[in-house]
This record gives sequence, structure tokens and C-alpha cells, in this order.
Amino acid sequence: MTDNGGQNVRKLWTPFNVIVGIILAAGAVLTVMRFTQGIGAVTNLDNNNPWGLWIGFDLLCGVALAAGGYVTSAACYIFGLKRYHSAVRPAILTAFLGYALVVLALHYDVGRPWRLPYPIFVSQGTSSLLFEVGLCVFLYLTVLFIEFTPAAFEWLGFKKIRALVVKLTLILTIFGVVLSTLHQSSLGALFMIAPSKLHPLWYSSYLPVYFFISSMFAGMSMVIFESTLAHRYLSRHMDDTHHQEAPGVALGFAKAAAFVMAGYLGIKLIGIAIDDHWRLLATGWGVWYLVEVIGFVAFPAFLFAMGVRERNLIFVRWAAAWTVLGIVLNRLNISVIAFNYHLPSHERYIPSLMEIGTSVFIVTLGIVIYRFITTRMPVLHEHPDYSTHSPGQERT
Amino acid sequence: MGISRRKFIGCLGALALGPAMGIPGTARGASNKEFAGWPGSLGVLHDITKCIGCRKCESACHRVNNLPDPETSFEDLNVLDQKRRTGADVFTVVNRVDNTSPVFIKTQCNHCLEPACASACFVNALKKTPEGAVVYNEKLCVGCRYCMVACPFNIPAYEYHKALAPRVTKCTMCHPRMLEGKRPGCVEDCPAGALISGTRDELLAYAWDRIRTYPERYVPHVYGQHEMGGTSWLYLSGLPFSRVGMREDLGTKSAPELTAGPLSAVPVVVGLWPVLLTGVYAISKRKEKIAEQEKQAAVADAVDQSRKEAQNRMETLRKKWDQEKQSAINFEVKKALEEAAVKASEPSQTKEDE
Repeated sequence: MTDNGGQNVRKLWTPFNVIVGIILAAGAVLTVMRFTQGIGAVTNLDNNNPWGLWIGFDLLCGVALAAGGYVTSAACYIFGLKRYHSAVRPAILTAFLGYALVVLALHYDVGRPWRLPYPIFVSQGTSSLLFEVGLCVFLYLTVLFIEFTPAAFEWLGFKKIRALVVKLTLILTIFGVVLSTLHQSSLGALFMIAPSKLHPLWYSSYLPVYFFISSMFAGMSMVIFESTLAHRYLSRHMDDTHHQEAPGVALGFAKAAAFVMAGYLGIKLIGIAIDDHWRLLATGWGVWYLVEVIGFVAFPAFLFAMGVRERNLIFVRWAAAWTVLGIVLNRLNISVIAFNYHLPSHERYIPSLMEIGTSVFIVTLGIVIYRFITTRMPVLHEHPDYSTHSPGQERT
Repeated sequence: MGISRRKFIGCLGALALGPAMGIPGTARGASNKEFAGWPGSLGVLHDITKCIGCRKCESACHRVNNLPDPETSFEDLNVLDQKRRTGADVFTVVNRVDNTSPVFIKTQCNHCLEPACASACFVNALKKTPEGAVVYNEKLCVGCRYCMVACPFNIPAYEYHKALAPRVTKCTMCHPRMLEGKRPGCVEDCPAGALISGTRDELLAYAWDRIRTYPERYVPHVYGQHEMGGTSWLYLSGLPFSRVGMREDLGTKSAPELTAGPLSAVPVVVGLWPVLLTGVYAISKRKEKIAEQEKQAAVADAVDQSRKEAQNRMETLRKKWDQEKQSAINFEVKKALEEAAVKASEPSQTKEDE
């Protein structure tokens, strides 16, 4: 623990704490309402629109944006790109918190949350893609938890068990990539069962591929975006290694993201061509589709490429934030905006303020926990006892 | 009747060629079984041209299912003018096709042969029974509502206002009554003969018979014969089905076919990824090792080289030094000799002086 951490505890009435306090209090009220009066009391969901913001944003965006965990750890431990080492722990922490909050949000969304273990332990509906998602998310949350424990063990001083977990790094990383491939893609495949409800520009037999590929650059952008925020607000908790490696991580991921996004645009194009949906591009929905694909994929991809070429971190950071927005737009388009596009406007779903409030509450909770952990545990810096700079030590 | 010889050979061909050629129609995940419904399963035929909009079916449905009474009584036919759908306490509704028309249509669960809802359910809470009904088990339901997302007919409803034990609700084709040998409540109470129950095969044959006998009365299509892989509830209509508010763009693929592709990718990912990734790891590790070895070799080389160079330089220096030293010695010796020679000649002189 650092001295600064101690000071934070003493200064209670900071603007950050006040705003967070208000949001958490509102969240508590909404939680009570949800669990005493039912889903209908806080949401605008209805029989035509069974999935809303809590699935579209909390689940789909939450999982996509937590992809930084598998992307970064795979880059570092499988592909041997050691220069990303200092980015692994923050990415694993973000991923773990992301998935934990996804599961928390699901407790609000499903009717009987205490039955969430049912698909795994009681009755397995193996024909359902949601079963695949559920099983993978459950397993991957466990993997992320184990992957994160070394930081907690270093903080607590449990040397032996830490050494044991560190030995599992490679297996956990490979397992994480397998699980991520499966559930990132099957989140997209969830919608393949409803070709009559999702607008044809978004419905494609490539949906699982789109979701998986986009999760890669979502994860990379999120690592860059999160690192930007962390440098601004948590800089004092970073060590020299982290500071020195950060621009390299940002530029490296920016370059990779630009390539992956270009590939993504390519398969999007193939998807339109295979289904012969060119005509639809000239409709209102087509314009909206182009806004998503050109405005929020092609443009930030170009910005990433420019940033790498000019070695301009400002470009890279803006591109990352823009890409994150684009992912949110894409997931909301598929689950909410272009879903049930055929219904008359009065039967369409618009989230209620209380639904939005609950989502804000859950994101805020994530930020608070992230701050709590990074100001205490060795995440943004290495623990002096386990530094990679001393020979023979490996860090996760 | 069993399977015909011709069909059997056809199946064999599909079995052999399907996976090899990747024919999309035969792609069914790991298997290529064709499910044409449980043999002898029951269904209902709704003849839209006969429906008079009396709502007797609705009241029968409420009675046999013990559903709470609606706000307006079933005698009130004004509600027919509103567009209604099934809801948490409403398993079936009758709608007027449009405000001026005398055509009415009853909506309820169509009991698909391969139901999207059952295929989507991740706890098997929804199930197609051999009798033909799609039934719901509230003891397993988690309440994720993916069945409602999946249903192409927008039928299942949810008890959104129950906090503790909300359920998905929908028509059960009166499955408990069917097991007792009774007809569904709505069919029994229909005074106009717009609802007929029987085995699906009989109903299909009867429907096509009607179309052939009265070609001017019906459009030549039995809705539900092929839609979404076929449904147990079948429809005859005088107007095109899209005009009576039924979707004609659903296609004939069953829901499991739609998701078979991504599901069959699971073993590929699980089987291939670990091998590939371990390979990538091994390659990167080996590269690292070789780089390290090369670096060490290069360093050793460089050290060797510089040591040799230093030695050489020393050698030449030493040689030079030796030479210089030798020449200095030679010079000194010569000088001494010369001096000695001089001295040798000198004493005779001094002796001579003495």
C-alpha cells in the first residue's frame, strides 16, 4: 500500500466520491424496486421486446469490452510479445471485473436469478447457444479469477500459492482464448435463431465471426482507452516499467487493431455480397448501417493507422475511444435498434430511465472496485519482491 | 408406414454426399437427421374463412386454463377492433384482420414441429411432446426470455410484474386434456367449425382436400405445413396470409437448422485452438531460445575476436619491443665493445706515460 492510498481514505468529500455515492445510492433504490416489484416495475420490456438495455449493453457490450483480457494475455504469453507484459495485469483485472459485472447485471435481467446455475448443474439445454454462452462465461470467469489471484497473493504475501498459480499461466491463457472464442462468437450466434426479427443488414450467417473478430479490436481499444484513463488518474500507482512500456503497448495494439478492423470490414463486405443486400444500403436502415461500419469502424481504423504511422498517441487514444463507442453501437444495433425493426413505432422498445440508471450503477460499481484494487494491489506496478527484473522470476 | 426404398436410397446419398459437398440444406451440425414431426401427433386446423369472431374460443381457453377474467367480458366484441397479442394471462386472441373486413383470425402458439423456443431454452424448460404440444416446465425456467426472442410468431409472454416467481406463459394445446383424450378447450367451444383437431397428417390431407374442392374459396397454401420447419397448428385462408397478419417471410428452415452451424463449430474450436496455440507458444519460445543462443554465440565470438585482436596487438607490440630491446642491447654491446677496445689500447699509453 502506498501513502497516497492512505490519504484517499481520509479525504472523503471529493467530487468523485460524492458523484459515486449518489449513483450507488440510486442503484440501491433501483435494486430494491427490481427485486420487490419485478422486472416490469423498472424496465420498459414487454412481450414483443423481451431483451433490452440490460442484455444489449450490460451483457453484450460488457463481454465484448472485457476481451482485452484474452487478447493481452495471449499476446504476451502465447505469442511471446514480452513488451506487453505491464499491460497484462490491468487487462486481466478489467476483464475479470467486466465479466463479474455482466453476471451481476444478469441477476437483474433474468426472472429468477437464483436459478442462474441451473443450465450448468440442473438441466442442460445443450441445443441452445445461450447454454454455450452460459457455460463459457462461467468457466472463463473462473479462469480470470485464477489469473488475477497472483496480484492479490502478492498483496497478501502468500508466496507459495502465488508461485503455484504462476506455473499455470500458459494453460490458463490457452483455456481463456478457447473459452473467449466460443462465447464471444456465440453471443452473436444467439441472434441467428431470429432471422425474421433482426434487420437483414445485421442478420448474417457470419454473425458469430463478426462478434469474435470485433471482440479482438474491442479488447485492444479498451486496453488503450483504459490505460489513457489510468495514466490520467492513477499515474502515481504506476512504476517506471509501466510508464516506459505504455506508449509501446498503445502503438502495438493500435497497429494490430487497424489490421484486424480492416479484416473485419472485409468480411462485412463479403457478408453483404453473399446475401446480396446491396439494395438495402440505399434505404434509411442502410444509411444507419453505413454510419456504424464507415463512421465507427473504417474511420477509427484509419485513425489508428495514422497514429501508428506518425507515432501520434493522441490519434491512437481518440481512435480507441471511438472504436469502443462503435462496439457499443454495433451491439445495441443487433440487440435493440435493428431488432424488431419490422414492428410499428409504438410497439418498439426504448429503455426506461430506471433501466439506464441500473446500467450506470453497475458500470460505476466496476470503476469503484477497479480503483480500490489498483490503489492497493500490484496491478499497475510490480511488487518489489516479485519483480521480473530480478532473474528467475516470472510474473503473471 | 415405414420409410420407402426410394427415400432410403436418397437419404443414403445425402448421408454420403452432404458433408462432402457441404450442401447447405443437409447441414445439421453433427447429424443429418430430418425430423418431420412425431408420428401420429395431434394438431389443430384453423379455417380462417369460417371464423365469425365470437370469442368463444377465448373464453373457453380462460375457463380450462383457470386464467383470471379479463377487464372486459368475452361478450364485448369491440376489442376485436384493437390489435391484440397473447399476454401473460391471455393464451389466445381473436383479431379482426382490418377494421372493415369480416375476416377474423385466432392467434395462439403454433406448436412448431421443431420449436425455436425449445431449441433456444438453455435449461430444457420448453419441450415438444410426442402428442404434439409444446409445453413449459416452470420448475426449470430461469427467466432469460430467450424463448421469446427466438419465437418467430411472437407468442410466449412473460409475467413481468411478478417479483418472485415470474413465468413464461403460452398456449399448451391443452396438453393435460389431450392426455385425457379430450379436445383443446377452444376447439370444443368453437360454434362455427373454424377449429378442427386431429392428427396433423389427417388435418393436412383434409386441408388440401378443401383447397382442391373449393379453389375459389382458399389460397392454395396451408400455413404451417412448412413454415419454420412445420407447425402442429395449421391454417387455411381466403386471403393471402400476409394480408391476415401472418408472416410469409419466415422460410422453411427449422430453428435448430439456423443455429446448427455455430454449434457445430464448438468441437472445431475446442479441438484446434489448444493445439494451434501451444504450437504458436512453442514457436515463439523456440525463436526466443535460438535468438538467445545466437546472441550468446555472437557475444562469445565478439569477445574471442577482441581477445585475439588484443593478443595480436600485444604480440606485435612485444615483438616490436623485443626488437627495440634487442637493438638497444646490440647497440649497448657494440658500444661497450668499442669502449673496451678503446680502453684496451689506452693502458699501454698510460704505462708508457709512467
